[in-house]
Amino acid sequence: MYQTTYHRASSVDEAASLFGKSSEAKFLAGGQTLLPVMKQRLAAPTDVIDLGKIKDMIGVEASGDTLTIKAATPHYDVATSDAAKKAIPALAYLASLIGDPAVRYRGTIGGSIANNDPAADYPAGLLALGATVKTNKRSIAADDFFKGLFTTALEDGEIITAVSFPVPAKAGYAKMRHPASRFALTAVFVAQTKSGEIRVAATGASQSGVMRVGVIEAALKANWSPSALDSVNIPASGLLADIHGTAEYRANLVKVMAQRAVAAAG
Amino acid sequence: MGVEGIGARVVRKEDKRFITGKGRYVDDIKLLGMTHAHFIRSPHAHAKVKGIDSSAALKMPGVVAVLTGQQLVDDKVGNLICGWAITSKDGSPMKMGAWPAMAPETVRFVGQAVAVVIADSKNLARDAAEAVVVDYEELPAVADMHAAIKAGAPQLHPEAPGNQVYDWVIGDEGAVSAAFSKAANVVKLDVTNNRLAPNAMEPRAAIADYDAAEEHFTLYTTSQNPHVARLVLSAFYNIAPEHKLRVIAPDVGGGFGSKIFIYPEEMVALWASKKVGRPVKWTGDRTEAFLTDAHGRDHVTHAEMAFDANNKIVGLKVKTYANFGAYMSLFSSSVPTYLYATLLSGQYNIPAIHAEVIGVYTNTTPVDAYRGAGRPEASYLIERLMETAARQLKVDPAALRRANFITQFPHQTPVIMAYDTGDFNASLDAAMKAIDYAGFAARKAQAKSQGKLRGIGVSCYIEACGIAPSKAVGSLGAGVGLWESAEVRVNPVGTIEILTGSHSHGQGHETTFCQLVADRLGVPISQVSIVHGDTDKVQFGMGTYGSRSAAVGLTAILKAMEKMESKARKIAAHALEASEADIVIENGEFKVTGTDKAIAFPMVALAAYTAHNLPDGMEPGLKESAFYDPSNFTFPAGTYICELEVDPGTGKTSFVNFVAADDFGRLINPMIVEGQVHGGLVQGIGQALLEHAIYDANGQPVTASFMDYAMPRADDVPSFNLSHTTTLCPGNPLGIKGCGEAGAIGASAAVINAITDAIGKNNLEMPATPDRVWRTINAA
Repeated sequence: MYQTTYHRASSVDEAASLFGKSSEAKFLAGGQTLLPVMKQRLAAPTDVIDLGKIKDMIGVEASGDTLTIKAATPHYDVATSDAAKKAIPALAYLASLIGDPAVRYRGTIGGSIANNDPAADYPAGLLALGATVKTNKRSIAADDFFKGLFTTALEDGEIITAVSFPVPAKAGYAKMRHPASRFALTAVFVAQTKSGEIRVAATGASQSGVMRVGVIEAALKANWSPSALDSVNIPASGLLADIHGTAEYRANLVKVMAQRAVAAAG
Repeated sequence: MGVEGIGARVVRKEDKRFITGKGRYVDDIKLLGMTHAHFIRSPHAHAKVKGIDSSAALKMPGVVAVLTGQQLVDDKVGNLICGWAITSKDGSPMKMGAWPAMAPETVRFVGQAVAVVIADSKNLARDAAEAVVVDYEELPAVADMHAAIKAGAPQLHPEAPGNQVYDWVIGDEGAVSAAFSKAANVVKLDVTNNRLAPNAMEPRAAIADYDAAEEHFTLYTTSQNPHVARLVLSAFYNIAPEHKLRVIAPDVGGGFGSKIFIYPEEMVALWASKKVGRPVKWTGDRTEAFLTDAHGRDHVTHAEMAFDANNKIVGLKVKTYANFGAYMSLFSSSVPTYLYATLLSGQYNIPAIHAEVIGVYTNTTPVDAYRGAGRPEASYLIERLMETAARQLKVDPAALRRANFITQFPHQTPVIMAYDTGDFNASLDAAMKAIDYAGFAARKAQAKSQGKLRGIGVSCYIEACGIAPSKAVGSLGAGVGLWESAEVRVNPVGTIEILTGSHSHGQGHETTFCQLVADRLGVPISQVSIVHGDTDKVQFGMGTYGSRSAAVGLTAILKAMEKMESKARKIAAHALEASEADIVIENGEFKVTGTDKAIAFPMVALAAYTAHNLPDGMEPGLKESAFYDPSNFTFPAGTYICELEVDPGTGKTSFVNFVAADDFGRLINPMIVEGQVHGGLVQGIGQALLEHAIYDANGQPVTASFMDYAMPRADDVPSFNLSHTTTLCPGNPLGIKGCGEAGAIGASAAVINAITDAIGKNNLEMPATPDRVWRTINAA
């Protein structure tokens, strides 16, 4: 690791102010990607601003038809939150599958979606549930937030403060874990909103990052059941391929994981 | 056996310090004035080193030196050696290219060092390394074995035309041809034994400390065999004579073979320490471990097995290509030859065997012994062949094995090994009973009704451990003897120190070796300590690998104990005014049999050191040593059966049950044996399902971190059902066979046999990743 200066922010405003004063700062929101990259000397921020101790940024709250997860809440807290398990059990389940216990104790929802790894779990949950990303400047719909590999709508220095999820009528998540990294080799989140909209998002599959899967949404709109997807064909073009999964295999997984997510959603 | 004697499940003495963070590893050691080394490593798989400009780095604060491969040459530091000479079938010696510790002219794998920065801190050394400019001229590289031996392939070493190290054969080709010509059935199989990265928990590390006044070096290093390290460093590398070089291997966090070998980094650290006049520390990181720790396996094999009309095996022919990587590591040459082809008879009567092994250079990390070393490759091949044969001949796989088992011992195989004892039916019976083999068909049908593909796979392995005897291995080309030494030091108060040439890096010697002493003397193990891993303390030792510590190392301790006890008996008899023949040792006392006369062991020890009342002519003191050279290898064997389900939608494997019935001879500590089996099985399952060290066509490693290289985790493996069937090894007085590698040797075939049974297709390579299994299921 190159030399860097660590700052522990006590408020969102202080974090933003520290960022403004630095020539090349990075926010630390769990550090499950940033710190390994810094240790490998592939990133060299002059300043690291830790968001993890800002009290206003930690916690899970359910209110009416909305579940709000504050941005610095670790995955473990979401996975074990009674509020999350009651409001959107599929989302708590998603959090319980992220990485391994060490990652879940440190990693946060804000860190995960700001990084937007193409195989991260949370982006699928946000996109399928039609969540809203709250920042210190504005609100951004999930549909507008994820912009491709490791790219988001966030502006330089903008801080995610929370994510709010409309409570769906039904939702399910199914994940095929990458055997080494335990990211999603491919995972699919399915949701049926209270207004009857069907939203399906797949992560780990596309070369462009998290994606909606229109053909599956259409099939489920006609018939909300796993068997409705039996004849769906997911093309392999544009899908990721690596030593752990060919594009054809991932195409198969998009369908199979969607079927299992629907089965889990009930 | 006593509560702490042989056969007792004694809790490991060493674990208190390990689990409370008090272990002392090389990286924990800090010396006054210590500098830190960072190696500059080639990013290219094959390139000429045209120049190294370190002028900017040398101007940076805290930088002590930048040393290059050319300076090693100038200082006449020797090249790395390969310690086992193999002769090709045409009578020529194996063809080896030179392996300098840092490359002065040519790099041949990604990660090979070309220079080292020595600085006041690790970070400063790394900063300065980025300022060193190495001018490379890239050369065409070849990573694939079959590509490497083709005409026109990039050539690694001028000494080895066609990238061929050797073309070695064993067995009687004529007898095999005759057997095949009369065969009723021939079963053919092509298998790849995937390359593995060893990944011990502790990466390699070294601290070299040169004392100019004494012209003496001390090397702290992560070694499985510190005396062998000292021997090689002295005899071949021109570092220092043995009496001027102390090698200490303190707590070592796992080895699995990868820490047997002498690597460039410790050589360079020693040389650099003298050059800079300060201690030099190098601690490898995980990336360096992936790039430079000797890899394991990497065979491609075609085999054919011939059967007569009664399904008896009549012959076996094998042709194997073994990838050695870019250089011949210390024992690499022996792994696909004498540690592999000599086990090709498996547990079976095979009258004729012929094997040819072609060793190949490629632009990849060197390959050497890794847990099992040759024997997993042999066992995997034979057990995949047996399963394939059962399917082809339409007979039950267990029954086919049983019909071909060796049942009479000793048994001379056609490939050197003489099996001393065993009961292969007993372990097969035990495993089949444990897994309810007879009930499998019903379980398979039940699983099918739930959409799952269930399979069962058998693996009957045999291996050769306690690699020995010295005379035999010498005749096969080994550069060293393979005995072990021990010393028993009794202190005047009766506590006992056992000095051993074995080295524990996870095996639990501090417990099991004490149990032998407790068993013989009846003293508590708290009064015994084990001293190992320091060439200044222990006179000599061959170290720990090949499951040899109990069969060879512990027997050496037994021999020394017998000598010590003989003297103690004389002292006790003299003190008790009894005949030596009447003295028995019980519960820490020397007693006159049939009387109530006794003297406690500490009093015997005290008498030896006060020397006030010793038998006439006896020397004072109580200390004895022994060297033990076994008469034969030992032959652990057993049966593993795996039952699993494959999810047809994802290709993912889930274990239902895994049973292991092993014959390790006598067990010193069954709890530690079970731990060894668990670890070995997990490594075998890791090879079968997860692990694969992959290079792209240009020799760039694709799996150089845990993000890509899949190590088995606890939830990847089942709870194991272990049992033991025992035939005592006749080759050593304790009847021990060894248990360290069996799991890694036998497990992978059981897993692949089970998956291929589940999916109904026989051809499936390791690792059987979900993607590969799914594609195999769906292949036309």
